[in-house]
Amino acid sequence: MSPPNTPMVNTPMGETLLEVRHLSKNFGPVQALSDLSMKVHAGEVVALAGDNGAGKTTLIKAISGVYAPSSGEILLKGKSVSFASPQEARDQGIETIYQDLALADNLTIGANIFLGREPMRRAFGFLPVLDRAKMAEAAKSTMALLDFHVSRLDAPVSNFSGGQRQAVAIGRAVYWNAQILIMDEPTAALGVPEQRKVIQLIHQLKAQGRGVIFISHNLQDIFAVADRIVVLRRGVQAGERRISDTTHDEVVKLMVGG
Amino acid sequence: MTQTSDPHVAPQADHADTARTFLQRVADLRAWLFLAFLILGFEVWSRISFGGTFLFNPFNIQSIAVFAVAPLLLATGQTFVIISGGIDLSMGFIMGLAAVVAAHVINWATPGMGFGMAVLFGGLVAVLVAAIPGMVNGMLVAFLKVPPFIGTLGMFGVARGVAFLLAGGTTVPVKNEVFAALGNGRFYGVPYIVIVTAIFVLIMHYLLSQTKFGQHNYAIGANAQAARRAGINIKWHLLRLYILSGMCAGLAGVLYAARFTAGAAQAGEPLLLDSVAAVVIGGASLFGGSGTILGTVAGALVIAVIQYGLVFINVAPFWQFISVGVVIIISVLIDQAQRRFSGGRQSE
Ligand SMILES: Nc1ncnc2c1ncn2[C@@H]1O[C@H](COP(=O)(O)OP(=O)(O)O)[C@@H](O)[C@H]1O
Ligand SMILES: [Mg+2]
Repeated sequence: MSPPNTPMVNTPMGETLLEVRHLSKNFGPVQALSDLSMKVHAGEVVALAGDNGAGKTTLIKAISGVYAPSSGEILLKGKSVSFASPQEARDQGIETIYQDLALADNLTIGANIFLGREPMRRAFGFLPVLDRAKMAEAAKSTMALLDFHVSRLDAPVSNFSGGQRQAVAIGRAVYWNAQILIMDEPTAALGVPEQRKVIQLIHQLKAQGRGVIFISHNLQDIFAVADRIVVLRRGVQAGERRISDTTHDEVVKLMVGG
Repeated sequence: MTQTSDPHVAPQADHADTARTFLQRVADLRAWLFLAFLILGFEVWSRISFGGTFLFNPFNIQSIAVFAVAPLLLATGQTFVIISGGIDLSMGFIMGLAAVVAAHVINWATPGMGFGMAVLFGGLVAVLVAAIPGMVNGMLVAFLKVPPFIGTLGMFGVARGVAFLLAGGTTVPVKNEVFAALGNGRFYGVPYIVIVTAIFVLIMHYLLSQTKFGQHNYAIGANAQAARRAGINIKWHLLRLYILSGMCAGLAGVLYAARFTAGAAQAGEPLLLDSVAAVVIGGASLFGGSGTILGTVAGALVIAVIQYGLVFINVAPFWQFISVGVVIIISVLIDQAQRRFSGGRQSE
């Protein structure tokens, strides 16, 4: 297990964390993704955009070990990798944040961060019990790292808002030292103030030198937080732009084609 | 409250949280409130109509405790299963099966091993035998994806048939004085079977509230997908879970056989629903994800107090059914109100 809670990532800013080379994926006759290449650098936020069915979800599922690519290569810090399961991808620092499926609502933030790898201590010197103090402490420091200050560390996460729950899911990934975070529509189910918080979170992750890939339909969000945008259309890359070099109009044109 | 100055947390949210958490705590304690209310009611009734006390009569307390033993043992196992989002309908007949097995094995072993060893051996064998239908339940639910309601209903029939076959259609008397003493003796006025049950319940409380197994049980009940994604082996967990509930029923069967110095296949038949009721009254949700052993203890005591108390004040016994039914309905209504209050997220 990685040493938890290291705010900085071991890869220097700007170096390539993840590279996808000529990746293709077909489901029977359906070519969901063809010959796609992209890079993510440390401290960089890459937005994936494209119409429904463009292949965005397929791409991130291939990266996170859910699907095996039909052809092509994935390199992590320059080394070719292939993941047999999402667990293997996670073990190597690629963490996917799922919308609402990620948390056990009846447990505390700390219990969610440690779910499946709970710390134990010995009560009375012999009886193994859950180390709740350690979980609460980790919850507090991790959430503070994300600039989220929660007062109720003993409350179940069902008491929190959508944005806070999103932060807990991200906090868990950060605690276990994820290098690359993948988010599929992280702001889709949230109200406007909550969306802003998630955007702030992504800024924090970037400042810590992590790589972030996020799918969004919201150009506002993309322009607020991404460094680069990769536009997909019917499974192929329709274009890639630095955010500072492009406009809403250009991105929309890339998405719809023509 | 340094948090109030923090821009990311609205200060009002904190107050709402505090109020909400307080109300949740009250709702979590509802079974104990019910219990206090009931005891008070019987106490008042008893003083007015008989001029005597209900609660401060050691005989009453002993009787209620002995009454509660078997349903409570079933209910502790059932608490784990219900929190995981399942249900175990086979516990009643697993209990009967264990009672019959304990009776036979103790009778068989007594001449060779002596009274004490035969009881230990017979009790152990009965609990291990009870683990077998539990394991089958677990395999059905975990590996073959059979809904718990259906899988354990099937096992209800199987365990019932096997128990009656082993008992030869009648009850099996036990001839062993140590076993009889275990079932009916007292230590400073506290029945042995109550002491055994109390120790067992404490262990189950520890298991649910202080171990990874318990923690994973809550997580699976709330969000199995999240639990799987967190690396929890759900199949293995469910298998152990249903073995555990089978063994709880096994222990209940052994103590039943000790109390009546006989094993009977139908020993647990009327207790299954009582055990589910105890869990629900104790604050667990049938949707899974919530519940505690301490709540279940209160739930089982509520049922035992109603049953014993109504006999005590000489009301027609059928009122038991009505009263327990009403308490169950009220509990479920409170649970739903609480669910709605906390945004309904727990049932998603
Ligand atoms: N599991 C699957 N089986 C068959 N076809 C799929 C599967 N997943 C995606 N597809 C197809 O692949 C294409 C790309 O889908 P997807 O990656 O979900 O697009 P997006 O996330 O950009 O909306 C679509 O035509 C979709 O129907
Ligand atoms: Mg998609």
